[in-house]
Amino acid sequence: MTELTKLGVKAIRDGVRAGDFTAREVAESFNSAVAAAAELNAFIVTTPDHALAAADAADKARADGKKLGAMAGVPIGMKDLFATHGVQTTAASHILEGFEPQYESTVSQNLWDAGAGMLGKLNLDQFAMGSSNETSYFGNVASPWRKDGTNAAMSPGGSSGGSSSAVAARIAPAATGTDTGGSIRQPAAFTGICGIKPTYGRCSRWGVVAFASSLDQAGPMARSVEDCAIMLGAMAGFDPKDATSLQMDVPDWEGALSADLKGKKVGIPKEYRMEGTDQAILDSWEQGKAWLKDAGAEIVDISLPHTKYALPAYYIIAPAEASSNLARYDGVRYGLRDLPEGAGLQDMYAETRAAGFGDEVKRRILIGTYVLSAGFYDAYYNQAQKVRALVARDFEQAWAECDVILAPTTPTASFPLGSLEDDPLTMYLNDVFAVPASLAGLPAMSVPAMLNSDGLPLGLQLVGKPFDEQTVLDAGLAIQQRAAFDHAPEKWW
Amino acid sequence: MSVDKQTVAKIASLARIKMGDDELEHLVPELNNILEWVEQLGEVDVEGIEPMSAVIPNRLRLRDDVIDADPKTAGGRRDDVLANAPAAEHGFFGVPKVIE
Repeated sequence: MTELTKLGVKAIRDGVRAGDFTAREVAESFNSAVAAAAELNAFIVTTPDHALAAADAADKARADGKKLGAMAGVPIGMKDLFATHGVQTTAASHILEGFEPQYESTVSQNLWDAGAGMLGKLNLDQFAMGSSNETSYFGNVASPWRKDGTNAAMSPGGSSGGSSSAVAARIAPAATGTDTGGSIRQPAAFTGICGIKPTYGRCSRWGVVAFASSLDQAGPMARSVEDCAIMLGAMAGFDPKDATSLQMDVPDWEGALSADLKGKKVGIPKEYRMEGTDQAILDSWEQGKAWLKDAGAEIVDISLPHTKYALPAYYIIAPAEASSNLARYDGVRYGLRDLPEGAGLQDMYAETRAAGFGDEVKRRILIGTYVLSAGFYDAYYNQAQKVRALVARDFEQAWAECDVILAPTTPTASFPLGSLEDDPLTMYLNDVFAVPASLAGLPAMSVPAMLNSDGLPLGLQLVGKPFDEQTVLDAGLAIQQRAAFDHAPEKWW
Repeated sequence: MSVDKQTVAKIASLARIKMGDDELEHLVPELNNILEWVEQLGEVDVEGIEPMSAVIPNRLRLRDDVIDADPKTAGGRRDDVLANAPAAEHGFFGVPKVIE
């Protein structure tokens, strides 16, 4: 029975359909694996009954001869940024501890409608602000990976670090993630799994705790490109409740998958060859080029001249939007209230927010408040929005020369938990390769390439044209087939 | 541009986050490091560039002018709305006395 936890989305779906095993057997196996992995701290709450109920529904539907959904029988982890009806939703913040939404987010509802079940709510960086999963009120998440010959706890990346840790540890076949400035791709790269952020607007943001609304986008994290294609198909779709939702059909990404890249041009942006990037990362990039060439693609050099400015622009735009979005946490409507004896309304706001938000969240709210304040708006926020336009224009011009872009996902492999905690700026630099695609709203994916000399996974990133998730997935598949990355972390938990 | 302790205190007050002296002093160099780093955006020639707020071309839609068109975002859900309130009283959100 433990073998079932080695299976991914496609294998589970197909096995349940064929009757090789029941969905209940699958759910029970993963529930046990989750219960035995408390040391990873990947979950904030577990919901074994939800997984079992969905599994029983899938088994019954099959017995009744009904058509099974795209995710029928697949239990998944749900990042604790998605509102789930009656199940605590915290964004990993004390300020939302105990919050039980009275509604279901569109993305999670879409997944349940497709037959998936929920193993639990996954830990993350608080309000998705972080790149290492060290800002959660509910404790750090540990990566299942360790450096060869050491026992130090490593970062699973962030903010979707509970998701990456769970999927890499085989305690969930797949998980939802959200990506504001790399929060799906960076943790996927750190843990040797796949993750795709679709075009901005593909997945509804309704019911997703807001961080930076012009950037936030949900996507799947799983161990193969096929699994990501299946799950993204189930998550995406037009939603009138989200004003920025794309009113477009969801393509059959899984059905159209092809690793044959003949006629495709792959752009290599010279500006991504940055100082401070590990040699092993640069080597994996070279290897990625060779793999895509082998798949029939033509490799072309391109230029994205404003790459260097994407990250500082992001660290104005995202905090600005966050400072506005997080104004809603006021101790009145939901979540924490801290009301000292005799205090008035204004004191209650300030006390509640002081007690409820973590340090990184406060830091970003203050930066956002500052850059939006009178006298600084033009110098900071407006300038950053103009730079954002230039970053997007760089990509538009690049599409005249190529169909998809290949780059590293991160400048380094995972680092030990705690090693960067006093150095926010160095932490931010971890997302230097991920943020440009976020600012431009483009589909982007990380796929595992190889292990470095420490035995830690390295990822490669593919960035596509707007709405062209297919080419991103196809190029990802071409890399997956050639990298044949079948490494799994050694179990220590 | 850089911030001093007084400025950080003012921003914290605008953001309605109570902060003690220690916290403010700790934040001054942290915020200045970040602000100094984002200064580099000033080097970029943005002549004639419109600031971008929406990345993917999309039009704002009009919905049908129907009351309670989607039950999930419709009215008549007072108990759901109040379900998570720290102090719900008589069908309202309770807050400390505002008017003396």
